[in-house]
Amino acid sequence: MSKRRDWPLWEVFIRSRRGLSHQHVGSLHAPDAAMALRNARDVYTRRSEGVSIWVVPAAAIVASSPDEKDAFFDPAADKAYRHPTFYDVPAEVQHL
Amino acid sequence: MDEFQTLVDADERIEPRDAMPEAYRRTLIRQIAQHAHSEIIGMQPEGNWISRAPSLRRKAILMAKVQDEAGHGLYLYGAAETLGVDRAELLDLLHEGKQRYSSIFNYPTLTWADMGAIGWLVDGAAIVNQVPICRCSYGPYARAMVRICKEESFHQRQGFEILHTLSRGTAAQHAMAQDAVDRWWWPSLMMFGPPDDQSPNSAQSMAWRIKRFSNDDLRQKFVDMTVPQAEVLGLTLPDPQIRWNAERGHHDFGDIDWSEFFAVLNGNGPCNAVRLERRRRAHEEGAWVREAATAYADKHRRVSSTAGAA
Repeated sequence: MSKRRDWPLWEVFIRSRRGLSHQHVGSLHAPDAAMALRNARDVYTRRSEGVSIWVVPAAAIVASSPDEKDAFFDPAADKAYRHPTFYDVPAEVQHL
Repeated sequence: MDEFQTLVDADERIEPRDAMPEAYRRTLIRQIAQHAHSEIIGMQPEGNWISRAPSLRRKAILMAKVQDEAGHGLYLYGAAETLGVDRAELLDLLHEGKQRYSSIFNYPTLTWADMGAIGWLVDGAAIVNQVPICRCSYGPYARAMVRICKEESFHQRQGFEILHTLSRGTAAQHAMAQDAVDRWWWPSLMMFGPPDDQSPNSAQSMAWRIKRFSNDDLRQKFVDMTVPQAEVLGLTLPDPQIRWNAERGHHDFGDIDWSEFFAVLNGNGPCNAVRLERRRRAHEEGAWVREAATAYADKHRRVSSTAGAA
């Protein structure tokens, strides 16, 4: 019998209806993927909040670090020309 | 920590991996854990009446409500875990009596009407307390609270409906409803915590935007909401001093017996020992289920890794 205190942690993502992407809703503990899915159904979709559930082992998620957020996201900060509002267009031009 | 306070002051949310003062983290763990414990201990007083609900409809509703309380506990333990504690550790602290749950659940549920009074008054007070936490500075706690508040409004309405039905029933049913309101009214007012001048941690929690309104302000809001609802129910709130104060624009109400609050808080309520004992027993008696599920998962992992090697 392993000595770990609790079952592994799973992050839960739900597609609330067709046409929308899955969205993170929370987490839960479960011994395996099948139990994680069943538990996610009971914990996060008691009122038909979803048509599809993903469960992902929390340990498998790789995240950017908040400590380096400035340096990490800096390259996008000075490129206003990536947005359509950057460009001057004569007022009379339509559908552009 | 300047960046932390700047974010908080700008009404931004703090997320799990952000830098935060240690005291903020500790305060949140304590508060969220206490909240989670309250949800799962709160299953007991209502679970007490599932087998004796007066109709299949009422029984199905009560089961759904008790299941919601379990779900709320799980959302909140999940939120607490983002702060670097384990759920198993928090359950140990509850079982050892080292962390608290809301004192309201140390009162007994003596009649069916108590299911009505709990839904209307206790869940009503909980909603007033919890709605501002939907804008709490800590993201995972705020998000859990949004889910919880959505579900709590069903709880409050079903309680109101139970009392409304009893109040318009036979004289005995009306008396049962009135008795339940008489017993739950004052403990519900105590749910907002001690008066502001005796609530030492409030100022810091407000500065951190964990808390948005003072205990007394929330209590006043609850009284103002509840008085007209009691009239619709045809039931009397057990406080002869309740009256509208046009000058303040609020209802005045009588003094709360804080000695009772502190006695229950310190373990001397009618059900403190029973609640904790039953919680411990449920945890111990469920151990074989948790162990079996773990053994099954371990076995299947071994089988699939062997298959992969072949």
